[in-house]
Amino acid sequence: MINLNADVAIIGGGPAGLAAAISARKNKAKHVIILDRNSWLGGILPQCIHDGFGVEETGKSMTGTEYSEMYINNAKKQNITFMKETMVLNLNKDREIIAVNKKGLHRIKAKSIVLAMGCREKTRWNVMIPGDRPSGIYTAGVAQAFINLYNIMVGKNIVILGSGDVGLIMARRLKFEGANVLGVVEILPYASGLPRNVVQCLDDYDIPLFLSHTVTYIKGKERLESVKIAQVDKKMNVVPGTEKELQCDTLLLSLGLIPENELSKRIGIDIDNATGGPIVNQFFETSMPGIFACGNCLQVYDTVDVLSLGAKNAGKHAAKNDLGNVNKISNVYAGKGIHYVIPQRITKPGKVSFSLRVEKPQTASMMRVKADGKEIFKKKLPWVNPANMVEFSFNVTNDILYSEKKLEVALDDS
Amino acid sequence: MIHNKKITCIVCPIGCKIQVKTDGKQFEVCDGHKCKRGIEYARSEALDPRRMLTTSILVKEGEWPLVSVKSSKTVPKNKIFDVLKEIKKSSINAPVNLGQIIINNVAGTKIDIIATKSIKKL
Repeated sequence: MINLNADVAIIGGGPAGLAAAISARKNKAKHVIILDRNSWLGGILPQCIHDGFGVEETGKSMTGTEYSEMYINNAKKQNITFMKETMVLNLNKDREIIAVNKKGLHRIKAKSIVLAMGCREKTRWNVMIPGDRPSGIYTAGVAQAFINLYNIMVGKNIVILGSGDVGLIMARRLKFEGANVLGVVEILPYASGLPRNVVQCLDDYDIPLFLSHTVTYIKGKERLESVKIAQVDKKMNVVPGTEKELQCDTLLLSLGLIPENELSKRIGIDIDNATGGPIVNQFFETSMPGIFACGNCLQVYDTVDVLSLGAKNAGKHAAKNDLGNVNKISNVYAGKGIHYVIPQRITKPGKVSFSLRVEKPQTASMMRVKADGKEIFKKKLPWVNPANMVEFSFNVTNDILYSEKKLEVALDDS
Repeated sequence: MIHNKKITCIVCPIGCKIQVKTDGKQFEVCDGHKCKRGIEYARSEALDPRRMLTTSILVKEGEWPLVSVKSSKTVPKNKIFDVLKEIKKSSINAPVNLGQIIINNVAGTKIDIIATKSIKKL
């Protein structure tokens, strides 16, 4: 067993881990270690060759690869220890990490830990699509890695299920590589991805978007031969008589992302069922003192810019390690029209930044925050969409916290 | 003839729906934009639609088989597949540095193709 000590140990070397590490160093953490199971840093970004990254953060549009190299270069200037091809096997509430790599088993004792494990894609088995089990079915991100990293084309006639951003971006990518994209099938009555991606990935290339439709059957002996798609009603039930068969050799699944929290769950960190990530306070600290969470393992972000900003805060508080004991907690609840709110608990008075996702698209509506039923903050939202995270901040007073009032965020009807 | 057009802005993740009036030469923004960049985008989209182009080029003797690339400027929409065709025929020897010009004046557009990733020699 190789024993190491760290002020801040970060699990995951993607954009969240890198941003947290840089920020931890800038906030005077001496020894910062990043652990990542891949042979490279940057996580998913090296396969994100499309642009649109960094607009909110730097004011100019970069590709994912450029954004990633910028962060990696910054991190390399900060005297951070990178442990690549290193798999974290376990950790505990005393902040000891057990990890393995080619050199052997490591025990890392850290003053603070930052969880930055990211997320992974939902598969066919998360949505239970009936039919055969032929080859030719990929998650969109895996197809993206094949095409953009390894130069392996995935198919010729392609159907995409799910209109998340990765699915939309892959529709255009496949078109560029000469494939015939038959359409993007989305079960909801609106696209799940950002509006700009519907325009520049589908509309530009006349790729059909089948809203309120889903794949009902997968057919193929060796290779995929066809999929059946059908319309669904408001309750998501298939409308009889609307089924049609699309001949295709490849099906990409862009069904959404699941925060990766096997490690967090195993050690008993409290998880929010709505986000799929740890419950945190306004300092990104989980229910276990000294263990912080950021990036897509906390919540699936719309853009890396906003993700990095949050991760920097997590890294800062992990470095300072000065939060002390939690005496009073005000819990934050998602009310009517709201899918989730982060942070889920407030442990110190002061200005708090929140982010939330709504349940469905709506035009002009009023968002209200109530403390034990009494309105303390409101914000007018000209439009809301589940694809666009909403951010706001207000002052949580001593009175609210010391009497441990319940905060509830809700939307008025439009 | 004057058309009323609803353009979804692609500059940032918000995706403003911008109402414009245009006859193909003249252009007027009516409503819906939240910033100045939206007006510029709507003008270009109404009169001369262009897109940033990102794809990849084959790398010889590199630690990865491909390098990701982008166009130095936005490419007219109707030239995108001409540009892609020329990129498909090209390749480059490793090492490649981020920012390096890989193709000059691609498909006669006066636009360059630039590496957006660094690839080490194997």
